[in-house]
Amino acid sequence: MSQSHNRGLIEDFGRWREFRAGMWAWIFHKFTGWVLVGYLFTHIAVLSTAIPASGQETAVLQAGDDVYTQTIVTLEELLLVRILEVGLLAVAVFHILNGTRLLFIDLGVGLESQDKSFYASLILTGLITVASVPTFLAGAF
Amino acid sequence: MAERYSSFTPGGTMWLLQRITAAFLIVVLAFHFFLLHFVNHADEVSFIVSAARMETLSYYSLMILFLVTATFHGVNGVYNALINQGLTGRKKQAVKTTLIVASVVLIVQGVRTANAWAGGVPL
Repeated sequence: MSQSHNRGLIEDFGRWREFRAGMWAWIFHKFTGWVLVGYLFTHIAVLSTAIPASGQETAVLQAGDDVYTQTIVTLEELLLVRILEVGLLAVAVFHILNGTRLLFIDLGVGLESQDKSFYASLILTGLITVASVPTFLAGAF
Repeated sequence: MAERYSSFTPGGTMWLLQRITAAFLIVVLAFHFFLLHFVNHADEVSFIVSAARMETLSYYSLMILFLVTATFHGVNGVYNALINQGLTGRKKQAVKTTLIVASVVLIVQGVRTANAWAGGVPL
């Protein structure tokens, strides 16, 4: 059985040296959440170029010369954007894996091994991110 | 040592909705990333191809639901994170109002974008 005890104020990041796996998982989940919600707003802003593009001539759309296609193509030509996409994948994968871990813990499954599942989330995130690098950088050079 | 950390008070409506949207987003975010980066590559994007996907009602509906749940999950997460940091009183109300307005703007803009591709709701 788990025991409840005074965890102290985990919002006090100055205590980071005392943090254990569960605290780091909580901090990483919060950090990756902030990144993802920030990206969501940016993502919709960039995709909104489809609105003016939809009013352009069919021939322009078919040639890919519309403002939406050109915006995405121009961004994808930047190496920095490709690298940021790899970072975004890492952030998303960790948030998904750790989020799955949190859902199980909330259901009462795996609380006693929550530190191990956190380390597993980190390792799996690293492996998936590394494996995705060739896909994200294809055609960038 | 088994400890439980969360930005949410367990048992509340917002806590439950955060978990329900999480379960949905785990699947749909993974699908979204896989489809638009691994099946179709981001550097091959074009208006015509994006429009062809969005003209399908099932894909359009999924993306609208994705937009709404992701906005709720993200903004609700931010709001609770700020409360954890000690946000109270008038500042809390101001942040809440700002986040609600930002969410509405994001969803409206997202739906307008989806409609621009689909040429309206694809019924």
